[in-house]
Amino acid sequence: MFGGIDPTLLIASLMVASVPIILAAIGELVVERAGVLNLGVEGMMIMGAVCGFIAAVETGSPVLGFVGGAAGGAALSLIFAVLTQFLLANQVATGLALTLFGLGLSSLLGQGYVGIKPPLTGVVPFGPLADIPVLGKIVFGHDWVVYLSIAVVAAAWWVLKSTRMGLILRAVGESHDAAHALGYKVRRIRMLAILFGGGMAGLGGAYISLVRVPQWTDGITSGAGWIALAIVVFAAWRPWRALVGAYLFGGITVLQLNLQAAGARIPVEYLSSAPYLITILVLVIMSSGRGKAALNAPASLGQNFHASR
Amino acid sequence: MKRRTLLATAALGLSMAFGGAAGAQALDKAKACFVYVGPIGDLGWSYQHHQGALAVQAAYGDKVEVVWQENVPEGADAERVLTQMALSGCNIIFTTSFGYMDATNAVAAKFPDVKFEHATGFKREHPNVATYNARFYEGRAIQGHIAGKMTKSNKIGYIGSFPIPEVVMGINAYYLHAKKVNPAVELTVVWAFTWFDPAKEADAAKAMIEQGVDVIASHTDSTAPLAEAAKSNGAVIGFGQASDMADYKPSPRVSSIIDNWAPYYVKRVGEVLEGTWTQTDVWAGIKEGEVEIGEITSVVPADVKAEAEAMRDAIAAGTYHPFTGPIKKQDGSEWLAEGAVAPDGDLLGMNFYVEGITGDIPK
Repeated sequence: MFGGIDPTLLIASLMVASVPIILAAIGELVVERAGVLNLGVEGMMIMGAVCGFIAAVETGSPVLGFVGGAAGGAALSLIFAVLTQFLLANQVATGLALTLFGLGLSSLLGQGYVGIKPPLTGVVPFGPLADIPVLGKIVFGHDWVVYLSIAVVAAAWWVLKSTRMGLILRAVGESHDAAHALGYKVRRIRMLAILFGGGMAGLGGAYISLVRVPQWTDGITSGAGWIALAIVVFAAWRPWRALVGAYLFGGITVLQLNLQAAGARIPVEYLSSAPYLITILVLVIMSSGRGKAALNAPASLGQNFHASR
Repeated sequence: MKRRTLLATAALGLSMAFGGAAGAQALDKAKACFVYVGPIGDLGWSYQHHQGALAVQAAYGDKVEVVWQENVPEGADAERVLTQMALSGCNIIFTTSFGYMDATNAVAAKFPDVKFEHATGFKREHPNVATYNARFYEGRAIQGHIAGKMTKSNKIGYIGSFPIPEVVMGINAYYLHAKKVNPAVELTVVWAFTWFDPAKEADAAKAMIEQGVDVIASHTDSTAPLAEAAKSNGAVIGFGQASDMADYKPSPRVSSIIDNWAPYYVKRVGEVLEGTWTQTDVWAGIKEGEVEIGEITSVVPADVKAEAEAMRDAIAAGTYHPFTGPIKKQDGSEWLAEGAVAPDGDLLGMNFYVEGITGDIPK
């Protein structure tokens, strides 16, 4: 016990609270590394939330629910991909429109699903491992999506850093003209990156409607997508930093509520604004060292590509 | 002084002459408009206002056109939406959140022929602005009674939205009645600073449960706190807020406060049709049927249920007021003397906790 708060429980719940943001942020990170700025994360998340919810309720399987959520997010991102990659629409405007569209469409799709309880996603049975003091709760006491979110971060880091696929993706994001000249299919690679980003955002959304708040209500993501977007930038487009950012944000959000519940004598106004302030501060300081953060931004970010030759 | 009186009288006369003439006109067809702060699918506050709007449609059929807009932010956007509605021919506009107060009055000044009805506010700066509210604290008193009897850990919780009098009133009523039946009870208040954010509401409930709280009342608009309590397999109970939230019966939802706006909306729109609408300030409660207590489920022992229902009936009959002295403020100073009943003015401006609640109200 520490100031009336059990740190074990706190860490365990911050891991859960951060999952939607991590998933969405890592998806967006890959998209931006490919040189595309998709501001529609919030819209794709909420589509994932509603599609995942519908799929889980109709099939009775939470796993299929998550598959449905990823499909829903990816389907919405396909609209963005077609508009920006083939019709060369402005990425900022299209992304914002995507959010508005996603919010409205999800509300329509969810009409018949208000007030229903989805099938529950259980904790992965680790048997005796879960009974280890402290470690058991933190490491072995979660549902499978929590582990998946960490695995996705590790995979994104490894792929971007050490594989040919990652190198090509980054090349497309840094200079699409050079990548094109080398014979890489810029448009196809970006399409795939956008679909991946949509799928991840959808998965994050589905986690909100299936696990964190197991229900469907309009506007259920309430801004998580925007937080994910901000974390990508403040994490200087590095996967592990995005994880740190999401854990910081989720952690301080949970901590401030716990501090309130534990009756800490800190004014609530400071507690409520703490997650935003501290996350930004820490990530800015982390990124301000040797390499300047701004230089990490993919050079072709947000620019449309049109093969003129 | 004299001149001012004269001017005032003249102005009054003018407004009577014109406003009166316009107001007395009966309408063949009226357009009733509603502005909601959240989605109507929240199953709580906005949902319940929308049920009232649907009741208006059902009551008057073709004579009334009902229009609504969801998710209107409190602030500058509200003014834009209200102006748009007034321009589009609405005869009466219901603005259903506290934060629309200034926007409602500002737009009302520009459209003297349109009637405005603001929920839970206190500003009526123009003759075409009326206010209405419900005595939610009466329901909170009953929840407090149940909470005090049902808690095993002697820790009860309250998820606050914003530190406004209506919410503080609810917290005080809840705590006083829990304390009355269980002197050992401790209240934990968590401020969410939002009306609607399911994930945050769930996190707030979770934080309380981790602190050992086993009865949670919420003043936010979604069912998320109940969904979180449902994960505890019956160890934690809560209440439906604003709407019945019957999907969570019999546990964790053991009772609820239902805001029944329908009779008021039907009456006021009817007055617009007849041309008899006048500015009013209505604060109705259990007695008038505006606040209803949802079914107390089988999880609550029969004797506790009977006591809670007796309190409900006493409040309805006017023989019991939830704020009856002696009650002291948090700092120990006296608020209500023995047997004294809280005046409405004190309640509507309530900015203090009663004795025994720990922590401060955010400024």
